[in-house]
Amino acid sequence: MNEQATHPISVALAGQPNVGKSTVFNMLTGLSQHVGNWPGKTVEQKAGSFTHNGRLVRVVDLPGTYSLTAHSEEELIARELIIREHPDVVVVIVNAVALERNLYLVAELLALPAPVVVGLNMMDVAEQQGMRIEPHVLEAALGLPVVPMVATRNQGLRELVDAVDWVVRHPADYSPNRPEIREDHREVLAAIQERIAGLVTEPYPEDWVALKLLEGDKEVTRMMQEHLPRDEWEQVHSILMQHEDAVLAIAGGRYEWIERMVRAAIIRPRAGQVTLTDRVDRVATHPLWGLLSLLGIWGLVFWTTYAVGSPLQKLLDFYLVQKGAEMTRLVLHGAPSWLIGLLADGVIGGAGMVITFLPILIIFFAVLAVLEDVGYMARAAYVMDRFMHPMGLHGKSSLPLFLGFGCNVPAVMGTRIIESPKARLLTILLAPLVPCTARMAVVAVLAPVFFGRGAVVVSWGLVGLNLVILALLGVLLHEVALGGEHVAFIMELPLYHLPNLRGIGLLVWQRTVAFLKKAGGIIIIFSVVVWVLSTLPSGNIETSYLAQLGRLLVPLGALMGLDWKMMVALLTSFVAKENTIATLGVLYGAGEQSPLTSTLYSTLTPAAALAFLSVQMLFIPCAATVAVIRQETASWRWTGFSIALFLAVSFAAGIAIYQGALLVEWGL
Amino acid sequence: MSTLKPVTDLRPGARGVVHNLRGGREFASRVASMGLTIGAEIAIIRNSGRGPIIIDVRDTRLALGRGEAIKIQVEVRDG
Repeated sequence: MNEQATHPISVALAGQPNVGKSTVFNMLTGLSQHVGNWPGKTVEQKAGSFTHNGRLVRVVDLPGTYSLTAHSEEELIARELIIREHPDVVVVIVNAVALERNLYLVAELLALPAPVVVGLNMMDVAEQQGMRIEPHVLEAALGLPVVPMVATRNQGLRELVDAVDWVVRHPADYSPNRPEIREDHREVLAAIQERIAGLVTEPYPEDWVALKLLEGDKEVTRMMQEHLPRDEWEQVHSILMQHEDAVLAIAGGRYEWIERMVRAAIIRPRAGQVTLTDRVDRVATHPLWGLLSLLGIWGLVFWTTYAVGSPLQKLLDFYLVQKGAEMTRLVLHGAPSWLIGLLADGVIGGAGMVITFLPILIIFFAVLAVLEDVGYMARAAYVMDRFMHPMGLHGKSSLPLFLGFGCNVPAVMGTRIIESPKARLLTILLAPLVPCTARMAVVAVLAPVFFGRGAVVVSWGLVGLNLVILALLGVLLHEVALGGEHVAFIMELPLYHLPNLRGIGLLVWQRTVAFLKKAGGIIIIFSVVVWVLSTLPSGNIETSYLAQLGRLLVPLGALMGLDWKMMVALLTSFVAKENTIATLGVLYGAGEQSPLTSTLYSTLTPAAALAFLSVQMLFIPCAATVAVIRQETASWRWTGFSIALFLAVSFAAGIAIYQGALLVEWGL
Repeated sequence: MSTLKPVTDLRPGARGVVHNLRGGREFASRVASMGLTIGAEIAIIRNSGRGPIIIDVRDTRLALGRGEAIKIQVEVRDG
């Protein structure tokens, strides 16, 4: 007894998406959470703990999944954890408002060996909709604990934990009513189970493997094909081929079981009730009004970002970065000048960039989290879907891409809302083509120099060029690199509800910390490297390694009408896009009387200037974006691919524009 | 009397019972986990003739691409 009391309880928290599972997780574990990725995957993993009656309870938050059949990484992660790690209890949070569909996951969980406790969440919403649900009746039918909850109001959490504790203490009393396969498929299931008996890898349960084979589960099929002796597999395979439609019967059978379970437990309102969600959706999912309200919401988001974020960014830049650099110079007075430069310009410059990113990042993370939490994100994805389809993406990809107009960093991090790994990777690769404010700032300075009143047209043209290339590259990458697979668009539109501020705050905090931890270091390193290259060996940028590299690029630059200085300006834009102007100032303006603009005007032809601006718009994203691409793809290979891709695309565009201009004799 | 129609052909407000799911095991298994199985009652919420369709099934609003919706055959009562 004593030994049992000290051994910690392990709980796996399961649930379909949009059931308030993360609220439950946050309420239970609070700030004890640690966030990471599942080993070798890009899916987020959260774990935490708390104590109950002096006993430690460890909770791992499984990815939200509708089922446990291998459709994506999420389902695999969830079921592998339950099968391999043997949690003491699986707590499954279900949404009382869509009880039948939610119990589908419960039906699947009951086929696995771990005991299940059901948290019946959102009882308040069900009540508002006129539904009456009797938890005790459901509990009696299912034969396992069912705890009514309103997690957002902290109701039912104690009882949920008590139920977990009870199940752990009374394993003998746990005997759930398990769903059985329909009668017409009982025989074939038994035949498969007989064939694979004794041949299934530990720790997979044989009956579960047989069922998943019959359902056509890709992973289990692959596993058994590799594992079974050839003859044996041929026989199993031929049975499976004769019952290809078994999945329909199995799924149908599960819902028949569910209907029996809930029949006495739920009283529905009369049909035809119009809910708040229905009313809002009349506008939010309307082909025209939906699009206009989406644009309106984005307008508001960007306005907030600039009204709040930009002044904060300037304050941070002034007080932390500039003052910090000054202080460093002061404190290190008399130290070797390379050390001062390295610290003041390289390190503080890089760290400063990380810090000045924060206001805008935090605002964007918060806005994304609020829109997701209230349920609007799915509507925005729905409205945008038709525009994204040709690129093999669906509506959800439009949201991070749209954020890119503000800053590419939250755009890349925002791709986490996309479930399909391929669609997510493609969105990450395309995101840097959305011109961010820093790139636009460079255009805003340089375009008027060369094009005067035509600058507005040129600026819009450059934005258009980026978006056209984004669309073309999207189609191309989708067809060639990612196999042209059709992305099925099946998405739940959850009910609208009030945002949970605690959960949003926690999420923003975790995302920000992740950015600082993972991307921060890389950004500072990049910044230092570029500083070193632009300083060594002589301390003068004009004779530095960077300048030498720029001179090496002269043949390439010549194709675009650009000299080595312009090429160096492009290279330094890697640290931050704004650096383009600063570098040009140093290279062209040093020691001369005339301002940078007139020097540039007399050095560059309009054709070369246009080529330069388009290369600048399409060039490798800034160091911060590259760092988060690495963070989000968890792959240096894809990060390298992305850099190579933008080098190729930007120079190709620059060369095409300049050579095209030569051909038609424009702007020479 | 009743007729069979794919979801893409149904107008908003139409109701029916899912009669068949074409498009393979993977598709059938995915939509089943979201409530769409043979015999499930559905109602069309939005179908503007192009772009994705919104349906209601088992107290859930689902958005379906037209490519997916056309694979779902629904039995609709006439009259």
